Amino acid sequence: MALVQNFPFITIVFSLTCGVLCAVLPGRGAKRLCLGWLALTTAMSGAVLRFTLTTDGSFLYRMGKWGAPFGNELRVGVLEALMATAFSGVMLLSLLGGMRHIFADCEPGKVNLYFTMCALLMSSLFALIYTNDLFTAYVFVEINTIASCALVMLRSSDRTLVATTRYLIMSLLGSGLFLLGIVTLYGITGELLLESIAEKVQALFAAGQYSLPLTVIIGFFSVGLAVKSALFPFHSWLPDAHGSATPSSSAILSGLVLKGYIIVLIKIFYRVFGLEIIVSEQVSRFLLLFGVLAMLVGSVNALRERDLKRLLAYSSVAQVGYIYVGIGLHSELGMVAACVQILAHALTKPMLFICAGGFMDVSGGHKDLAAITGAGLRDPLGGAAFSVGALSMMGIPFFAGFVTKLELARGALEAGPVTLGITFAALAVSTLLNALYYIPIVFNLYTRPRDGAWAGVRQRYHWEYAAALAAFIALNLGFGMGSDWVVGAIRRGLALFGM
Amino acid sequence: MKPNGFLAALVRFAESGEFREESYALPRAGKTALDLDTPENRWLAAAQHAEKPAAARFAAWFARRGMAVFDSLYRVLSVLICCTLIGVLLAVVCFLPPFGSAENPTVNEVVERYVCHTVDETGATNAVAGMISAYRGFDTLGEAHVLFVAACSVIVLLRVDAGARGRRRPDPAQTGRDMEYEPNGDLILRRVAGLLVPLAFLFGLYVVLNGTSSPGGGFSGGALMGAGLILHAVAFGFERTERFFGDAVYHLVKTACLAAYALLMAYFIYMGANGLDDHVWLGIPGTILSGGLILPINLAVGLEVACTMYCFYALFRKGGL
Repeated sequence: MALVQNFPFITIVFSLTCGVLCAVLPGRGAKRLCLGWLALTTAMSGAVLRFTLTTDGSFLYRMGKWGAPFGNELRVGVLEALMATAFSGVMLLSLLGGMRHIFADCEPGKVNLYFTMCALLMSSLFALIYTNDLFTAYVFVEINTIASCALVMLRSSDRTLVATTRYLIMSLLGSGLFLLGIVTLYGITGELLLESIAEKVQALFAAGQYSLPLTVIIGFFSVGLAVKSALFPFHSWLPDAHGSATPSSSAILSGLVLKGYIIVLIKIFYRVFGLEIIVSEQVSRFLLLFGVLAMLVGSVNALRERDLKRLLAYSSVAQVGYIYVGIGLHSELGMVAACVQILAHALTKPMLFICAGGFMDVSGGHKDLAAITGAGLRDPLGGAAFSVGALSMMGIPFFAGFVTKLELARGALEAGPVTLGITFAALAVSTLLNALYYIPIVFNLYTRPRDGAWAGVRQRYHWEYAAALAAFIALNLGFGMGSDWVVGAIRRGLALFGM
Repeated sequence: MKPNGFLAALVRFAESGEFREESYALPRAGKTALDLDTPENRWLAAAQHAEKPAAARFAAWFARRGMAVFDSLYRVLSVLICCTLIGVLLAVVCFLPPFGSAENPTVNEVVERYVCHTVDETGATNAVAGMISAYRGFDTLGEAHVLFVAACSVIVLLRVDAGARGRRRPDPAQTGRDMEYEPNGDLILRRVAGLLVPLAFLFGLYVVLNGTSSPGGGFSGGALMGAGLILHAVAFGFERTERFFGDAVYHLVKTACLAAYALLMAYFIYMGANGLDDHVWLGIPGTILSGGLILPINLAVGLEVACTMYCFYALFRKGGL
């Protein structure tokens, strides 16, 4: 076994240890350790990606002496490695970009715990991406839930406490449903490993046994993970949590945490139940419907919102809708679109949140749209990055968001006429709505305030903020222009996924 | 925050579509009418005075009765949803395989392997210990870190920082904060605790060390030791407990335990995955020195659980360790 093949397990286990060490280091030391470790995990995940691409295959990694059904197992393929690389890179950049706010927003004695939470969150994301075992997924979903609530709570204020309470309640409800699903599924199959469950489930389905429990299990998984990833009817916790946290937290939560749960859902749908069962149980139709509703409701709410960070949070609701529409198309192209959107949104939304943090710096800490008038002039790099992000969200060619819309449209063309009509209409309306709220903000950013407010204020650039934004802009443009490579890699990954 | 106030805040939020600091600062428990003076509700006030189209009348009615209607609807709906969920779950349970039957799908080669081969493969006569610490040790590593992340979150939420600690304790009668009070040193409590605390530690240690050969292990033994620490703090006061178990000791023990656990597990996984011999002496089954890596793992988990339990108690009681 090549050394590279050990990297996934090393990134998971030692991210946990990195978190533990951060808890006893002083703030600055914890920051250095966490950033260094994240850079290392990005490099290691990149090496794994290169390995899977060159050997053109996936491999199973046995966690311990005993083989799969008795012990744990990781499964590493192109898609998993791609997600892991992107996620740890985005985590690193989000932390860098909002570093000043982290140290300003957290209590001085508790800053190190911020990095603890980030390291643990990263570990759980790696585990969710790589795991081949449902129960391991549940354990790391727990870590993910608590750590992400703590990330909101670390900026101590009244509103973050209320937001965290709501987030925790909703998130635990989702975890509970997910656990019920796992338990029931274990009861009727006796397996926890994804492939073994898949075999048993196919046999049960073919024999027509346990049809009610199977339907309910699919329902539990879908609803539980939809609550945690803020699909439309369950999105109400998201704007508070993402809107009130410190910019790095908002970036991490909307860019990465939501996607972790969606990856678990994709794994369950496509590696446990398989396309046929999902289609015959009508689940994909519900997902498509709620995805479309999320696209519209999220955008309409964003249009009414006057607070920049809450607006971005509502925009995340809409963007999660795109992912679910991709999944709901129940075709390979639809899945490609969903995966592209996971990456595109992970590259775009954190950048926008980091920019929002920068605008707050040059607008006296305010974040409502009226206060940030002219912020793009006072913070040119932030303004440029926000413009790039806004164009990407609208789906302008050469930016990351365009690739999603293109792939979604491609996927819809393969589907039936009704699905095609709904998806195209939703795409058109949602693009229009996105433009309606993002363009005025961009214009607003470059309008000089009438009363001459903040006249002499300029952003004091720190290398961390500047480097993070520059990297985000480059990645976004690179993704938009070099999308062939990414889409190709996702296709190969999905083919290995058993599609 | 009282539930009514919280609910009122939620409804205001839902109606205004905005997120304002003042909507959460409302201490108006039980008061359900909307405040018509806030800017977002001015249109409602205006609507009341205008000529009466249906929409305006509805808005006015909603401003008067909206909260009450929402409250009752909320209750009815939540009961309905719960009943539906209970019904669905009961229906599912009817279709599940009978509990404890030998023909269940859960009785398969995995369970057989755990029951038949735990002793010769892991060296533990307690099959549960063998399963959670060796076969599925990775999950348990995650579970130990769930405890850690929970403890850290409670620290974030409750620890009182900023110079207040470390100085002399303020007089609780003046500050009025009940977390400053020390236990009043009840004689009977102290005597009984003096007997019980060493026993609790001893028994906890016994359960941890014998986790490989009898029911128990790190989690249950650690809970016993944690209970011993809490009892000590309750009976003798925090100052006496802090002499041997303060912030520094807590962090040292906890970090050392978790790091050692992760290192052991990483070594075990790395060797196993790469097909190398891990040179772990499995020990003599049935004795304390058995189970290979399970024993040190149990010790690490036990200490970590004890720390976490005491940490929760101390944070809720006095806002610090």
